Order: sequence, then C-alpha cells, then structure tokens
Amino acid sequence: MTEKANLKFTAEHEWLDIQGKTATIGITDYAADKLGDVVFVELPKAGSTVQAGRVVGEIESTKSVGELFAPVDGTVLEANSVVVDSPELVNEDPFGKGWMIKVEVADASVFDSAGLLDLDAYTALVGE
Amino acid sequence: MSDSPTPRSQITERHSPLHRLHVDAGASFTDFAGWQMPVSYGSDLAEHHAVRRAAGIFDISHMAEISVTGLDAAAFLDYALAGKMSTLSLMQAKYSLLLDERAGIVDDLIVYHNADGEYLVVANAGNHDVAVEELVARAAGFDVTVTDVSDATSLIAVQGPRALEILEATEGLTVLDGQQPFADLKYYWSTGAAFGDGTVFVGRTGYTGEDGFELYVDTASAEQLWRALVAAGEPLGLVPAGLASRDTLRLEAGMPLYGHELGRDVLPVQAGLARVVHFTKEGDFVGRAAAEAGPPEGARVLVGLVSDGRRAGRAGYGVFAGDTAVGEITSGALSPTLEHPIAMAFVDPQYSEPGTVLDLDVRGTRIPATVTALPFYTREKN
Repeated sequence: MTEKANLKFTAEHEWLDIQGKTATIGITDYAADKLGDVVFVELPKAGSTVQAGRVVGEIESTKSVGELFAPVDGTVLEANSVVVDSPELVNEDPFGKGWMIKVEVADASVFDSAGLLDLDAYTALVGE
Repeated sequence: MSDSPTPRSQITERHSPLHRLHVDAGASFTDFAGWQMPVSYGSDLAEHHAVRRAAGIFDISHMAEISVTGLDAAAFLDYALAGKMSTLSLMQAKYSLLLDERAGIVDDLIVYHNADGEYLVVANAGNHDVAVEELVARAAGFDVTVTDVSDATSLIAVQGPRALEILEATEGLTVLDGQQPFADLKYYWSTGAAFGDGTVFVGRTGYTGEDGFELYVDTASAEQLWRALVAAGEPLGLVPAGLASRDTLRLEAGMPLYGHELGRDVLPVQAGLARVVHFTKEGDFVGRAAAEAGPPEGARVLVGLVSDGRRAGRAGYGVFAGDTAVGEITSGALSPTLEHPIAMAFVDPQYSEPGTVLDLDVRGTRIPATVTALPFYTREKN
C-alpha cells in the first residue's frame, strides 16, 4: 500500500492512489469503521464508464448500506474481485487489499480539478 | 462513500453508568433513544458469533425499569397490560404488551414478579416516558405505587451457551439463601443474588435467541459487576457485545423490535402476538374491545422472508408480488449465522403463507424471497 500521505481523499470518505492517468480507489478506515463489518460488495464491471458523483457500487455491512461514488469521470480498468469474494478485507485492510476499483481518466489534469482533499484536509474533515 | 454522522446536537445525550468501560474497551457508539450506547467493540460479526458459540455481555442500562408495588399490584397490571400478570408465580417473568384503547402497541415489555405485591416492569428506552406516563395514569383507583427506578438500576445481559457457567464462576456473585440457583432457573424465571454489599436481581431472559441472563443491579455497583462477569467469562470466550450484534441476534431469533415490527399502528395479532393478549381474563383491560374486534379485514401481517445470495432487504424496502406492492420490510440483514439474507415484513394476508415467493425491491433490483415461519434461528437445546 501507498503511504497515506500520498493519497487523495473525497468528502464521501474515499481514497485515491493516483499514478499518472490511473487512480486506485477505495474507502477510508473511517468509513469502514462507521459501516461496521462489511459483508457484501458490488462493483462496476471493467470497461464500464463512470461519471463523477454517480453511485457505481455498493458496500453493505450487517447494519447498513454504503455507496461507492465515482470521484472522477473515467473508465473502470479493473474491479477488485478479491474484495468481492472476501468483503471483510474492507475492514481489515481498507487502504490495501480492500481497494475497490481502478479508474483511468482521459487526462491526468482531471484529478487536479476534481476537488480532491489531501490527508490533512481529510483528517480535519473527519475530526480525528 | 455516503455517511450520515450521528447528529452532535443531541441535547439530551445520555451515557450509561458503564460508559467509561466501553470507551476503554474501544467501543464505537450510536445514538439510541438519546443514549450513546456501544454499537460494537470492533467487529459486530465477531460479537454475534461469540454469543451463538460462547457468550457476549451487553450493557442495556438504557432500558427503563418501573417498579409496581402495592396491594392491588397484580390487579392493576391485569388492567394496564394485555397479559394476565396475576397468575405469575413468585419470581416468574412474562413478556407483555402495553396497548392503547385502539389496541395499538404502546410498548412491549417484560414483567418480573419479584416479591409479594411487587413487580418490575422493564420497558424500551425509546418508550421510557410514555410507558411511565401510561402506567401512572392507569393506576388511578388502584392501591398501587408506580415508581420509575431506571436511574438507580443498571442492566447487564450475559447471553450465550456458556452464560450459566460464567455466572456460576463470577467472583462475589452468590445466590441468596432460599433463592433458586442459576442452574435451576427455567426460561423466564428469576432469582436473587448477593454482590458486594448489595443484591442483584437475575432473570433467565434475553433478546438473542440463546440461553442467557439479565442482571439488574444498583447503578453504583454496575461497573464492579461488569468487571467481575468479564473476568469470569473471558476464559470461556465471553466478549463485550454492542447493539449491532444485538440487532442481528434478535432478528435471527424472530424477536420484534419496537419501532420496526411494533408500533401504535400495529395490533398484536398482526405482529403474531395474539398469544400475549389474554382474552379470557376477567375484567377489562386497556385495549380489550379493540383487540377483540381485531384489525380491519385485509390488514397486513408480520412474516419472515428468506432469500439467497448476500444482498439483504432492509427496513423500509418494498415487497412485491409481480408488479403489485404487497408489503414492506421492517428489519432485514444478511444473517451472520445462517449466511443468507433474512427479513421481517408486513405483507397482505393472502401472501403470508409460508412458501409464498415474493420479490424484494432492493434499491431498484428485484430479489426473490420466500415467506417462512419465524424464527429463522432456533438454538439447539441440551
């Protein structure tokens, strides 16, 4: 996993590990803790197009349902089939094996204009 | 990720007398009827499985305890509640309902007959005030005293197949002379024990579908009792368990939760609780006429629904027969024990027969579900 300080975050409690035009996306430990034990994950198919702000997946715990939002416009390169088979990875390793999708954007500048937060700003947001 | 944080504006936010222990144990908290209560201590699934396989300890001090004493206590409860309390033996307990005049359910409660002319009524935290108000109002004309003793009383539940061993191993917890030993207590019976300088009232009751006990203790001794139970229980697999696992446990056991399966707009018979209403008892009781008349023709009834896969229907989701809306889910989750989705729902009576296949509308996706008799889970009895 990448150092947390090198990740970007959203107000919907998702993290992005950006490498060029591609971002690996997951949910934060804060979000995983709030959900409780995750028991079901549904992710978009590889090759599908996603739009910023739209719901692209679902993350269910025993007690509630969370939604995965696309933080940017782009194309899904890969969905993490391991986390679909073992949803507990979302709680056990949210920044590592619990990743959700890899999304490719048309141009790396898309990330700059997506209103993403750095770690300090995200930490301030969740108040922890 | 969408996330709706608990509002910080809860002016009446209350803490259990055991709050500090929960914080130290790493609990996360949720608002329940104005109380900040532990929702889990790390993994709600692990807590759920611990209760099914070994034991869990729950702080349910937010529940309301109401003492009813006096010469007319039994007659008063027969009038105020749907069940017949006057036939309760000493130390026996009974599940009952507080009905309004229309036979709507004001609260569901447990009544313990804990001494001659003395009863303890345990009500839900969310109905604390209304339960006290209704009982006080209904006491007019009876020689009875209704006292809210909730602040002085803490409630700890030890639930699971090893609960008995744990109570027996708890240092300083000793059954009083002349009272039933824990091992001899039948389900829905109670006993008295000494702990420290005080006494603990112990019922073989619970809300998990497992064997277990509920311990009513003076608030001043609650922390010490919790510590003693945990010390005795940890070697036997006891873990602290929060409200998240309590909810999945009671759902598997087909037990109703007020505000979900029960409410003012629900008559007992609709929720499968006709057995709780004692129609043959003499004299009037609040809600009798309306309960006897029953709900209107075609009123929905509570059923269990099971489905395949892992996607659970949740409270508020629609239930369909083809394109026709025929019901609504009141509680639902992926059952940790059974490993398939389960739900309770109110459905039109013609769709309530076990085996009927219906559809759940899970956020726009139709998922087939089969009506099944409650409970979903029954423990193996020794």
